[in-house]
Amino acid sequence: MKGWMGRFRALFLLSGLTLLLSGCGKPYLSALQPKGEGSEMLFNLMLLSIGIMIFVFLVVMVIYIYVVLKFRQKKGQEDHIPKQTEGSHVLETIWTVIPIILLLILAVPTVQYTFALSDTKNVPEDQEDAIWIEVTGQQYWWHFDYKDLNIQTSQELYIPTDQRVYLELTSKDVIHSFWIPTISGKMDTNPIENKNEMWIHAYEEGVYWGKCAELCGPSHSLMDFKVVAVSPGEFEQWVEDMQNVNPDEEPETVVAKEGKELFQQNSCAACHAVGSSPVAVGPNLTSFGDRTTVAGIMDYNKENIVNWLMDPEKYKPGNKMSNNYPALSEEEAGKIAEYLMTLKPSEIGLDDAEDGDYIKSQKDENNNEENTQDQE
Amino acid sequence: MSTHAAEKRGFGAVLWDYLTTVDHKKIAILYLIGGGFFFVLGGLEAMLIRIQLISPDNEFISAQFYNEVMTMHGTTMIFLAAMPLLFALMNAVVPLQIGARDVAFPFVNALGFWLFAFGGILLNLSWFVTGAPDAGWTAYAPLSIISPGHGVDFYAVGLQISGFGTLMAGINFIVTIINMRAPGMTYMRMPLFTWTTFVASILILFAFPALTVGLFEMTFDRLFGANFFKPEMGGNVIIWEHLFWIFGHPEVYILVLPAFGVFSEVIPTFSKKRLFGYSSMVFATVLIAFLGFMVWAHHMFTVGLGPIANSIFAVATMAIAVPTGIKIFNWLLTMWGGNIRITTPMLYALGFIPSFTIGGMTGVMLATAAADLQYHDSYFVVGHFHYVIVGGVVFGVLAGLTYWWPRMFGTMLDEKLGKWTFWLFFIGFHLTFFIQHFLGLMGMPRRYWKFLPDQGLDTGNLISTIGAFFMAAGAILFVWNIIITSVRNEKVSGDPWDARTLEWAIPNPTPEYNFKQIPLVRGLDPLWIEKMEGNGKMTPAEPLGDIHMPNSSFLPFMMSLGLFIAGIGVIFQVDNNSWWIVAIIGFAITLGTMFLRSIKDDLGYHIHKEDLEDKGAGVK
Amino acid sequence: MTHDDMLRSDNLPHEPEKATLEGKNKFLGFWFFLGGETVLFASLFGTYLALKNSFGGTEGVPTTELYGLELVFIMTVLLLTSSLTSVYAMYHMKNHDFKKMQLWLGVTVLLGLGFLGCEIYEFYHYVHEYHHTFTAHAFGSAFYTLVGFHGGHVVFGLLWITTLMIRNAKRGLNLYNAPKFYIASLYWHFIDVVWVFIFTVVYLMGKVA
Repeated sequence: MKGWMGRFRALFLLSGLTLLLSGCGKPYLSALQPKGEGSEMLFNLMLLSIGIMIFVFLVVMVIYIYVVLKFRQKKGQEDHIPKQTEGSHVLETIWTVIPIILLLILAVPTVQYTFALSDTKNVPEDQEDAIWIEVTGQQYWWHFDYKDLNIQTSQELYIPTDQRVYLELTSKDVIHSFWIPTISGKMDTNPIENKNEMWIHAYEEGVYWGKCAELCGPSHSLMDFKVVAVSPGEFEQWVEDMQNVNPDEEPETVVAKEGKELFQQNSCAACHAVGSSPVAVGPNLTSFGDRTTVAGIMDYNKENIVNWLMDPEKYKPGNKMSNNYPALSEEEAGKIAEYLMTLKPSEIGLDDAEDGDYIKSQKDENNNEENTQDQE
Repeated sequence: MSTHAAEKRGFGAVLWDYLTTVDHKKIAILYLIGGGFFFVLGGLEAMLIRIQLISPDNEFISAQFYNEVMTMHGTTMIFLAAMPLLFALMNAVVPLQIGARDVAFPFVNALGFWLFAFGGILLNLSWFVTGAPDAGWTAYAPLSIISPGHGVDFYAVGLQISGFGTLMAGINFIVTIINMRAPGMTYMRMPLFTWTTFVASILILFAFPALTVGLFEMTFDRLFGANFFKPEMGGNVIIWEHLFWIFGHPEVYILVLPAFGVFSEVIPTFSKKRLFGYSSMVFATVLIAFLGFMVWAHHMFTVGLGPIANSIFAVATMAIAVPTGIKIFNWLLTMWGGNIRITTPMLYALGFIPSFTIGGMTGVMLATAAADLQYHDSYFVVGHFHYVIVGGVVFGVLAGLTYWWPRMFGTMLDEKLGKWTFWLFFIGFHLTFFIQHFLGLMGMPRRYWKFLPDQGLDTGNLISTIGAFFMAAGAILFVWNIIITSVRNEKVSGDPWDARTLEWAIPNPTPEYNFKQIPLVRGLDPLWIEKMEGNGKMTPAEPLGDIHMPNSSFLPFMMSLGLFIAGIGVIFQVDNNSWWIVAIIGFAITLGTMFLRSIKDDLGYHIHKEDLEDKGAGVK
Repeated sequence: MTHDDMLRSDNLPHEPEKATLEGKNKFLGFWFFLGGETVLFASLFGTYLALKNSFGGTEGVPTTELYGLELVFIMTVLLLTSSLTSVYAMYHMKNHDFKKMQLWLGVTVLLGLGFLGCEIYEFYHYVHEYHHTFTAHAFGSAFYTLVGFHGGHVVFGLLWITTLMIRNAKRGLNLYNAPKFYIASLYWHFIDVVWVFIFTVVYLMGKVA
């Protein structure tokens, strides 16, 4: 299957369509520059359908242009009465049968991919323990619960590049839709019951942008998240670091210490967990220091954190944080920001996703060693 | 009562005439005014959306207001602009095309209009009360259930009222077309516009009740404490999606089939050829309608219905491309070998063919369930359905209005201005929406209040906004054209386009009884047949006799007004129980007028033979 | 045809309800209206089936315990019989026997009232014995909406038939009112058919499952 779709794609490479499309948009956001298994399958399907459609369009346009040029009324022929043809069974049969054939060509891979993409039951053979993550959409942020690993993060999803990662999607309030265009198609998060499942698989390391694709309120357009895809070894390191977080650890600087106190005094901790507690009211802040953005949308720097803490409503209208904590002075907000920026439980972060260093999984290396020993 | 159409009357008399009319030709004008008003309103909302999205991180309008504008743009355009404008054409033309003196239920016809009008007004009243609905025109639960204020209440109640009106209009057209065709007007001689009206009416009949139920459930949840869509109380939010799309997908065909019908009239007329493959066109229309009911879940590929359901709905959806393709090729072959006059209506038809072909093709792309996981709820979808709705329906409405304007008003819209309108609108349309397909694939979901810088979305959105201004200019020019045509008021003959179908066999202006004598139809394109045989006019099928006419009535207006008042009462009773008084008054008005209608005999009146003879004999 | 002809009672053809164009239109239009009503009830049934016994986080009584078939059986008999009596009424209409038509319509209305009385008692019973209310949980909402819509149709049908009977009591049957009687009886049959489905889908299936 993959073979003939691949050949088809090669055909298009010649025509330059692929090249043309992949010039569109940003590499971390565009569905036309696939970086994952799912998005690549879908891109192939798109190319196939676009190819068929362009063929049909050209046929229509050739006839259309010919007709309009050739049969336009000419001077002196205003009274000409053309032959009143009723129809033609041959022609009508032709333009019924050919579209059916074209659609069948399209329908086969459609059905095949539809099943493949929703297959969360059959873990590929080369993959032993599937990673299952529960994704929860809330107005207007995302929570990720690595169920078997006992890790919680919000807004940023760390995944290894060597395997499919399985997601269980749900929502705490309204319907959202989980979409990482460069990695995979989207899936709705329905409230409470009605959990959906899907898998994602990034081929390349990198930071990919995720979006909410179902209208969920005023800040629907600001409900961004990031997927940080790192090599398997780096992912293992990250998991280990995250599992060893000590939420009560005292920050080193005085300012940050004061910030931590303020964090607790101003009831921030009532909604935001530091450490692996289950889904809370607000985003989990365990690895806030490693975030790539503030609130999912702003550049990561102290100024923006302070701005956010002072007036979240300005940046994400309708969010659930506004007016639910005492007003902060700029100084207080600065101290809290200072504290939050110290929350860096793991050495693995943005840089590791972008540097392109591929570190093999510990298990693989052990296996390799065993294999070599066996051979000996 | 006699006919003195040409007499000058005071404004009050004209107003009263229109408030009480049951004449399908006047109801058509009412629909045109109502639909036209809401079209302009929806257009303004569209401009606000495009201005907001002209540049990244724009703060032109607030997030909440954006959601209201976006919701109202969709709702207004679908329910309050596109459908009424099509009803305007149907009312103006269908009875004439089948050789009928009137519709089957003139009273119900008026009631249908007034329900639409009051429903639309109620919906838009929300702007002035607590803010408009903000959950999208699809109003997915639970967002629509938890939406604060009364916006969504206005949505549910307003659409409910106008939906009743639509349902009645649908039944009226079905019965009119079945029962009131002139002698010789067999089903397979009906003009395509009549056919598509017929099929669209059947779709209305079977699709709207699903929306009715959905809206009732939403109203009950929001205003009466029911729990249909409240998951914590055992409710299920997916039910709304199913009900909405069981209605919503056929709705697309309710809109686009009559537009197909318009083009199937315009293209033969201006090619001077009969429609190529008439019977396969009819067959394709029926097939599209039939399949249209089995594909609703293709709007729900990302909901998690599972691969089996998704595959079935994907293949069913693709199947619709076949009859649609048949139509496109039949239109092309109608022009083939013809004598094509490029008039304004024909220009719209010529603009429609490539535009709608693109819309159809992106439709097939969306039908591929797997790839839809990328397209769904992105700007790709926005681009697609605007190609269908604007490239199909709006072009169809503009073509139909220009084409039938002489029939409706006795005057011709200015051709030169008409062509300018077309080119502005056509270029603007493609500028606005073609790029949106790419925006979607580049990662821009739909219903986004703002997009952020550095995401590669700036240029596309700017182009799209520029295109929108072209479309706005086209729309303004069209309104201007109507104004100067009305001011000039140059009457034309009854058949200014040298057309083929029965509605052009009537003198100008159309008498209130349409046909003095019901004509005898001898084939498809009856007027053309007579022209070719040198008669130039229809043969009457009956001797001259008294004509029975329905009485005007104020009751439809009152019934609808009652529901409007009741709706307001029902919406606000959650705030204060005393609003129940208002609701009860409203329901009392409606039920009272229904009671009155039931007990008061309404037998109509007759125009006597002698009065008719004064106006010259014959059909033409 | 003049107005007087329309309102005379001594010139009736065999099927007075379909003798005029207006009558034919009403007849056909009403059938189509009932087609739409079918979709309406189908949607309500769909909702009911999806939310049957769905209580979410609340306490609720499941269908097996809630429904008692005795009363529902009586209601079914009442409504089915009323459908039969309305057939008699239409039979007499076709034979131009206005008085007998009125009589049988009267019986129909009485049976309909009986049904309605039972239904009100049934709802009262559910609310007071089981706290099975409209707002308690999704199942309650779906149940009362489906059965209540049917009940609402019964009320409307009774008002309609009664109005027609009183309005025309003095002048008898004519070409103008015959179609009105006829479509009112069609409506009544439709209500009856919907009840058969409610009886099966809601009560019988609720009791077994």
